[in-house]
Amino acid sequence: MMFLIVLILPFFFIGLINKMKAIYVGKQGASIFQPYYDFFKLIKKGEVISDTSSFVFQIAPSINLACTIIAAVLLTLFHFEGDFILFSYVLALGKFFSVIAAMDTGSSFEGMGASREVSYTSFVEPAFFIIIGSLAALSGHYSFLSIFGLLQSKNEIVMLIAILAVFAIFMMILIEGSRVPIDDPKTHLELTMIHEVMVLDNSGVDLAFIHYASALKMLLFSALIAAIICPQYLWASLLVILFIAFLIATIESIGARIRLTHIIEYTFTMIAVALIVMALVLLIMHGGRF
Amino acid sequence: MDVIEIKNNQKIKRAEIPVTDFENFTKKIISYDVRVVNLFAKKENGQNRLYCIFANDKEKRLFLTTTYVGGSYPSLTLKKPCLQMFERVIYEEENILPEGHPFLKPVRKQDGNNYEFLKSHDLQTHEVAVGPVHAGIIEPGHFRFLCNGERVNHLEIQLGFQHRGVESLMKKRPSIQLAESICGDSTIAHSMAYARAMESLSNIDVTHREKLIRLIALEMERMAIHVGDIGAVAGDVAYQMAANILGVTRTLVINTMLELSGSRFGKGLMKLGGVNYDIDDVIREKILKMLDEVNDRTDKTVKAMFGHATVVSRLENTGVVGKKRAREIGLVGMAARACGEEFDARIYDDYSNFEITTLKTGDVYARTYLRYLEIKKSTTLIKNMLAELDGEFSKQRYTLNLEPDSFVFSILEGWRGEICHCVMTDSNSFIDTYKIKDASFNNWFGLALAVRNNQISDFPVCNKSFNLSYCGFDL
Repeated sequence: MMFLIVLILPFFFIGLINKMKAIYVGKQGASIFQPYYDFFKLIKKGEVISDTSSFVFQIAPSINLACTIIAAVLLTLFHFEGDFILFSYVLALGKFFSVIAAMDTGSSFEGMGASREVSYTSFVEPAFFIIIGSLAALSGHYSFLSIFGLLQSKNEIVMLIAILAVFAIFMMILIEGSRVPIDDPKTHLELTMIHEVMVLDNSGVDLAFIHYASALKMLLFSALIAAIICPQYLWASLLVILFIAFLIATIESIGARIRLTHIIEYTFTMIAVALIVMALVLLIMHGGRF
Repeated sequence: MDVIEIKNNQKIKRAEIPVTDFENFTKKIISYDVRVVNLFAKKENGQNRLYCIFANDKEKRLFLTTTYVGGSYPSLTLKKPCLQMFERVIYEEENILPEGHPFLKPVRKQDGNNYEFLKSHDLQTHEVAVGPVHAGIIEPGHFRFLCNGERVNHLEIQLGFQHRGVESLMKKRPSIQLAESICGDSTIAHSMAYARAMESLSNIDVTHREKLIRLIALEMERMAIHVGDIGAVAGDVAYQMAANILGVTRTLVINTMLELSGSRFGKGLMKLGGVNYDIDDVIREKILKMLDEVNDRTDKTVKAMFGHATVVSRLENTGVVGKKRAREIGLVGMAARACGEEFDARIYDDYSNFEITTLKTGDVYARTYLRYLEIKKSTTLIKNMLAELDGEFSKQRYTLNLEPDSFVFSILEGWRGEICHCVMTDSNSFIDTYKIKDASFNNWFGLALAVRNNQISDFPVCNKSFNLSYCGFDL
């Protein structure tokens, strides 16, 4: 059930953020379903493929999409020992393909975007492993099961861990989803873009796949937060996701983008929070005695 | 007599224009105290004559001097770098070679793309080419960055894609409509400079009331663009709130312009000998109401924007042009005032006791904040002028009836900086020379210097803080 919802919801999530952002600044805004309309419009369109690109450019968006869907399956359908490692690496595989596809076009913009994307999102991976690994060590499940319902714990330190984990994962959403303050999804200025500039040469179905995959990725991380907070009830998970959309819209409406050189400080904050989670887990596991 | 003092919008006989030898000419214009406003060449009686208009802003005086040169002359750029663009234009248009010019590349005409951009032999350096077709609805221009990673080592700007031959069209068929189309965002400023030059040459007097209406329109144009540009800078750093609110606020100003002149950008307002539309009591009330509303909204938004740490950290120390550098490359207008240079062509204009506003830092922050200060200043100026507004509104129509063998120079401060029109007539009363200089002509090179050693991702916000015109440069 959750899997189907996660597959259908991504564009709704994006549409919701856009709608809330519009309302924040006093505009009416496009319909919440606009990303779906755009998706079906793009699906119907033909593609323009650069002469300088090879087959990599053409297969990359599909591989990226497939990887993201596998990640969705891992998070919502099947759980087995070590699934979070596979989760992280299928996402990394998808990103690897979108990066080499960007390099494949030979455009200086896309090379620039690829280099930025890699340098900033590469910090998400260690933070992710530190957090999920610590939680796994804490719970004894080496899978996503370890994180479920963490916040329901009666132990104060576990609750603290859960809150910090949620915070760090939220920071990951902003990086992986290319949102303000890391990137500006609305900008048309190629020189400032991170994610968007990598897909400048894509069109038609490929572009639709890319949009869908990146929206799905954001939703997956939001679902991760929902799983930490309350996994038992579907409606509660949806409420959490709704609230995350609201938070993202708020941040985008009242804040500005940070300078590209300052993103590194942002990622270090994320890793620092992850390390605190690890420290607290070690503290509990040793019963406070060292 | 080797120089003559000229007054803004006052014609002189061409016979009065002094000629001096090249050495003396050089000495006069390369002095640090004077600012070269325009330098152009003209073929006269088989000889090449260089005309130079320069200003002493401290004493509020404008001067003109000329000299004869042959097919080439020793480049003045080496002594005064800000002349580089003028000399390149002279070489391109009149084929007079400035010997030893360090950077003699085409300005507007592209010679079938034979031009080789600057290259770096450093393997660490890569090139990023942007344009001439850009994302968004802006004009064409090509930017070539030499970057080391994210850092810009050098930016080379190539323009000329919008070259329409305005100056030669002006000679054949001078008209207000043509002047209005020189640069769309400075419609009022350019049409006003044109009208003033032509009125002086045709001996037309403009009533006090109509002079004021023109200045009110000019200040409204300034306000509208500045409000919009602060919003655009906010948009570039993804500060949605200010971008949206100021975008709407700009509409208030230009809609008032629509009520005054029938065009949101003031097309059709200017006429030879005055303005087409009077500011009556209804319009006056509307303008006053608009001013209050705009100021209220701008005050609040700007306060929030410049109190926001992330915004300030994006703007401060980004795209810095120092005062010394600004003087060297001949920056004018708002961009120069943001570096602390006291250049404002409004001191040559009909404003009563005008004081120049400057800031010191010369970064994007200063260029953006100065716009806010100028909005406040324009508000005061408009209010004062509205209070002063009396006298006759003449409905008379005039036709061009130019004095023969005359020279006139018209300078005014558009929102971007000084706008100069320089007109000469021949013995048959036809326009012989029409030279236009928009502030963009001086300032594009300032942008190239501003982004040097900055992050390439900060280029858009630097560019927006200057907001230079492509067509005003290309003509």
